[in-house]
Amino acid sequence: MNHIAIEATGLTKKFGDVVALDGVSVSVPSGSVLGLLGPNGAGKTTAVRILTTIIRPDSGSARVLGYDVVSNASAVRYRIGLAGQYAAVDGNLTGRENLRLIGLLTQMPRNTIAARADVLLERFELTEAADRVVRTYSGGMRRRLDLAAALVHQPPVLFLDEPTTGLDPQGRLELWDVIRDLVSDGTTVLLTTQYLEEADKLADNIAVVDHGRIIAEGTPADLKARVGSTMIEIGLPDEGEAVRAKSVLARFSEDVEPDGRKVRMRINDGARVLIDVLRALDAAQLTPATMAVREPTLDDAFLALTGRQPEPRESPDRQAVAVGGA
Amino acid sequence: MTLTATSFPRPIEHNGLGRLVSAMSDILAVTWRNLLGYKRVPQLLVFSTIQPVIFVLMFRYVFGGAITVPGVSYVDYLMPGIFTQVVVFGSVGTAIGLAADLNTGLLERFRSLPMARPAVLAGRTTADLARNVFVVLLMAAVGFVVGFRVHTSAPEFIAGLALVLLFGYTFSWVFATVGLWVRDPESAQAAAFPVLAPLVFASSAFVPTNTMPDWLRVFAEHQPVSVTATAVRGLMLSGASTSDIVQAVAWSAAILLVFVPLAIWRYQRTA
Repeated sequence: MNHIAIEATGLTKKFGDVVALDGVSVSVPSGSVLGLLGPNGAGKTTAVRILTTIIRPDSGSARVLGYDVVSNASAVRYRIGLAGQYAAVDGNLTGRENLRLIGLLTQMPRNTIAARADVLLERFELTEAADRVVRTYSGGMRRRLDLAAALVHQPPVLFLDEPTTGLDPQGRLELWDVIRDLVSDGTTVLLTTQYLEEADKLADNIAVVDHGRIIAEGTPADLKARVGSTMIEIGLPDEGEAVRAKSVLARFSEDVEPDGRKVRMRINDGARVLIDVLRALDAAQLTPATMAVREPTLDDAFLALTGRQPEPRESPDRQAVAVGGA
Repeated sequence: MTLTATSFPRPIEHNGLGRLVSAMSDILAVTWRNLLGYKRVPQLLVFSTIQPVIFVLMFRYVFGGAITVPGVSYVDYLMPGIFTQVVVFGSVGTAIGLAADLNTGLLERFRSLPMARPAVLAGRTTADLARNVFVVLLMAAVGFVVGFRVHTSAPEFIAGLALVLLFGYTFSWVFATVGLWVRDPESAQAAAFPVLAPLVFASSAFVPTNTMPDWLRVFAEHQPVSVTATAVRGLMLSGASTSDIVQAVAWSAAILLVFVPLAIWRYQRTA
């Protein structure tokens, strides 16, 4: 099955003067998971909204299962499910009623809706709460119902916009399991996340999005490889020694950066070089206080690709809150 | 247990309804959902009916003694105006409901579903029409308790109520547009008052217009709230004048003609 389930070419979208998407292209093979990874405001949600026919791109085009999201939006809508931060459920309805509503609005045969709702309620452990008004649900239960609502009409393509944002670690793990189940059933998933670990765990391919552009893509392993390799972090007793250590270590790697009392270096042949590193430090009479060796994570990847940590772009009001709280 | 289909591409199960029937079914589904909302939050309905009851009591017993209307008792003059006022003020609920759905993200989900585009708005206004049936009947009961009497016939009384409900439905579309425009429930409420107060009070709903200054009287006699109240009054008190009814229906039709497309256009553009 080498079909391409989701294909986007050169999507752009502006909101007023703000460029939300600046030429995004993705290609998601059927049955695979693409993770759109990036900080808040990178354009991930805008991409999802275009692919789910909610808004139109300014330019570029996209197809889901071969159907154009603009000219054949209706055919796309029959085949997709959407859940996440912007999808929602009705607090005044019970869990069961919410699923029934979606079943009706996705034009399912009426006599199949109740049974389908039962299956989903069971799967998402909401059977007990099925006939309670959703207002009384916990955040995690609401999120599970939201995902269940996206699955009522058995869409072969699923869009999950930051599905675990705001969930506690337990809830996050549970949702990961559900998503893995869906994928093993053959569903194609496009998910957005700010959590590097999440993309690493769930996605077959990752596209790193920043300022409305895809700045890197590949498998999680590819991306890690691009960052270079092993990271050695050496802590020294004071900053002066750290600076000295940097000059000692410069011959092992071009990528040595001091950070206060720490020195970080990336090297390609980790374990073997490590011995030489220690010998060199010893010869210079530098004794490390701490030492860590780790394989690159996606955090490192992001830093290497963008020159900064994957922190959310602060919106003005969030900054105001931060200042007020300080 | 299969959560999703494994075949690709998967034949989409479909209820097999035609386009029009399917759109009606979407409208009914959204109506059902909104009516459940009224059932689950009865406070909404209770508080939205307390205010008009207070209006009835206030105008009947506080101001009513000081207002003389030639030829009819004041309570008989008042109630058709109250019916009209109730549905006009009540239509703000349409704006509040839509703005709330916009905020919770529910409209976002609806927009990704294969449902008829206008169904969200049509379902909302239909549910609000059903709510108005309840509220208007309740107001009629309150009216009868405080001395209101129909001087024509039962069919004419019912026709009068139908005209009121048509007018309320019309205003629901006006406020559907407002709700989608202002985007949050508080603003919807705040935006409504400056529009509705002149329409409802500078009208013949509560007092005859003959004591108003000329410039105001011209407005007050021809604006839709007055025209509707006058037609309803005719139907309930003195026998219907065809021209009054035609004018009232024409106002509603004209407003619908403008605001139904405007609301739908706004809904499609709301991002």
